[in-house]
Parts: sequence; C-alpha cells; structure tokens
Amino acid sequence: MSLFKEFKKGIIDLNPTFVLVLGLCPTLAVSTSIDNAIGMGISATFVLVCSNAIISAIRKFVPRMVRIPTFIVIIATFVTIVQITLQAYLPPLYEALGIYVPLIVVNCIILGRAEAFASKNPVLNSIVDGIGIGTGFTFALILISFLREVLGTGRLVIFGHKIFELPVLSKHPLLIFILPPGAFLVIALILGLFRHTGMMRSE
Amino acid sequence: MNGLVSIFITMALINNFILSKFLGLCPFFGVSKRLGNAVSMGIAVIIVMFFASIATWALYSYILVPFHIEYMQIVLYILVIASLVQIIEMAIRRTNIALYNALGIYLPLITTNCAVLGIALINTQENYSLIETMISSLGAGAGFTLALIIMSGIREKLELCKAPRSLRGLPIAFVTAALLGLAFFAFGGMG
Repeated sequence: MSLFKEFKKGIIDLNPTFVLVLGLCPTLAVSTSIDNAIGMGISATFVLVCSNAIISAIRKFVPRMVRIPTFIVIIATFVTIVQITLQAYLPPLYEALGIYVPLIVVNCIILGRAEAFASKNPVLNSIVDGIGIGTGFTFALILISFLREVLGTGRLVIFGHKIFELPVLSKHPLLIFILPPGAFLVIALILGLFRHTGMMRSE
Repeated sequence: MNGLVSIFITMALINNFILSKFLGLCPFFGVSKRLGNAVSMGIAVIIVMFFASIATWALYSYILVPFHIEYMQIVLYILVIASLVQIIEMAIRRTNIALYNALGIYLPLITTNCAVLGIALINTQENYSLIETMISSLGAGAGFTLALIIMSGIREKLELCKAPRSLRGLPIAFVTAALLGLAFFAFGGMG
C-alpha cells in the first residue's frame, strides 16, 4: 500500500511540472509533438529510476560532502546510456530531441529526487518514487504537447498514425502554439487552471 | 569577420537562449523579480558561459577526439563545468570582494544551469573554432542577460497590477514570457 502511495504522489501531489514547477527547459522545448514528448518522458523516467536505484543503494557509503558530485556523475552515466541507445536504435527521435537528451543531466527533477528522496530511502521505495515522478513528468509532457500539436497543426499524429484531423484548424492552424511563445502560453494557462481548481477545492 | 558577427547576433537574438531554446528557465523565473538581482545573475552567467565554453572546447579537441572517447562527453563536460564554477568563485573572492558579495549566491546555482551545459554542447555540435566558440558563448550570455533584464523590469511593474487571482505570480510571468518570445521571434527575419 505504501509503495502505491509513493507511486501516486509523483503523478498528482508532487507532479514535477505542474506542482513543483521543475525541469521546465525540456518540457517546453520538446513538447512540439506527442512523439517527442513520449520519447523525452521515457528517457527521463529511465534515467530517474536507474539513478534513484543506484544512489539509494550506495547512500550509506557516500560521504555527505561529496554527495552532489557523486549523484551528478551517476546521472550523467545513465544519460550517456540513453543517448547512445537512442542514437543507435531511434535516430529520428534522437535528431528531434537534439541537445535536450544530454541536457537531462541538469534536469532539476532528477537531481532533486536524488537529493530529496533516494539519498534517504531504501532501494525499492526509491525505484517506485522514480517511476511515479517519471510518469507524472511524462503525463505533463503529453498533456502540453497534445494541446500544442492539436492547436498548432490541427491534427494529431502519433508515431506516423493519424488519430484525427480537425476540419477548420487543419487548414488554418494556430501556428503560434507550435512556436516557442506558444509553449509559454500553454503552460501558463495550465498552471493557472491547476491553481484555480486548487483554490476552489480549498474554499 | 562577417561570420563572427552573424554568430553573435544569432546566439543573442534569433536563437535567444531563454525565449526560443528554453535553456536556463529556472534562473529566468527565479531571479527575475528584481532588476538588481537580474543584472548580477546575468553577469555571472556570461562569465561562467565564456570560460566553460573555452574549457570544454579545449577538452573536446585535445582529449576527447584524439583518444576517441567522445562518448564520455556528458560526464566530463558536467565535471569540468562544476569545477570551473568553483574556481571562478574562489578567484572572484580573492580578487574582488564587492563583486563576490554581489554574485556569490548565484555562482553555485549556475552549475546545474542548463544554459551553461547547453552552450558547451551547441558549440561542439556546430564544430566551432576557438574564436567562434568565444563569440557564440558571449552572444548567448548577452542574449540571456538581455531577456532576464527585460523580464525583471516588466515583473517589477507587474507586481503592482491586478492579475486574476489564479494567474498571480508564476503563471502571469509565463504569459509575459510568451509575449516577450513573440517580440523576439521577429528577429528571426534577420537571418
């Protein structure tokens, strides 16, 4: 039961994007299409789960003074694994994500979970925490990229399969949503909506 | 010469780090509440970006490529940047205590700033020479500082305005960034 709680908190109560507002750089940069969002979400989740597991396993042997550099080297190792794997097996996705794959290293979500959770909790809990936070991050990415892709192109294409096409929007798409300013606008409105529902609930 | 100017303009305005590449958003929203802080942060970022770019350029061309260990790029870059920030911090503390007091708390934050690792990776990706690397990092730093200063000026005024309750604080800052991004988008026509 407590493990399930660890998992759930990452998706809702501690949602990295909408509640903690961490790791915004990749969120905004790669959310132009659902494919990129899923790719980035899974890559970041993999790094998060693996680094959480290792950091939690060695947490009793690492001196406190050098823990942050140690965490960063561990995270960087897993990011390198992801980068090489994507380059070898999914070159189009690797091209689309560009420098944002290596930049997972400095994603504050991952270092944040290493410091706040994995360095204090047992391995299994840390793995579940990583899966939960990673899923929350992926959901947030998918939500943002869904809105941006549908509004910005008028259609939804997932891995080459066309899911639907809107009648007017596909002829006259709202181009701004695919462009960088649209990313800021979408996340502003979603954050506002989260706050609004939070306020309604507390009143 | 022409090429260098175009690299600078591209990095500073057309591909503005914050508004079109989304690098360094944490300090952008965290430190943009007061103009004074924004200026200090901007200067700190320019200094670190400049030296980190030179260091990573040297690392890449003289160690990674000759020994064929390009796959170690991420690990080594982040280590170099982290140690460099420490060295710069010590150097500033020794030489100019006033500057250290102004920038002190911002320097450690910069280690995990994606803008610094970002510029190092972009320079490597574009295969820039040493001079081009220096110019592009200065351009990126200038663009970062410019966006940060504009944003903090707007946010100082924005605090006096009545925004809808659920949009106050961070969400309205994002809307401001979106409008700012649209303005900067116009620079795209220069390329």
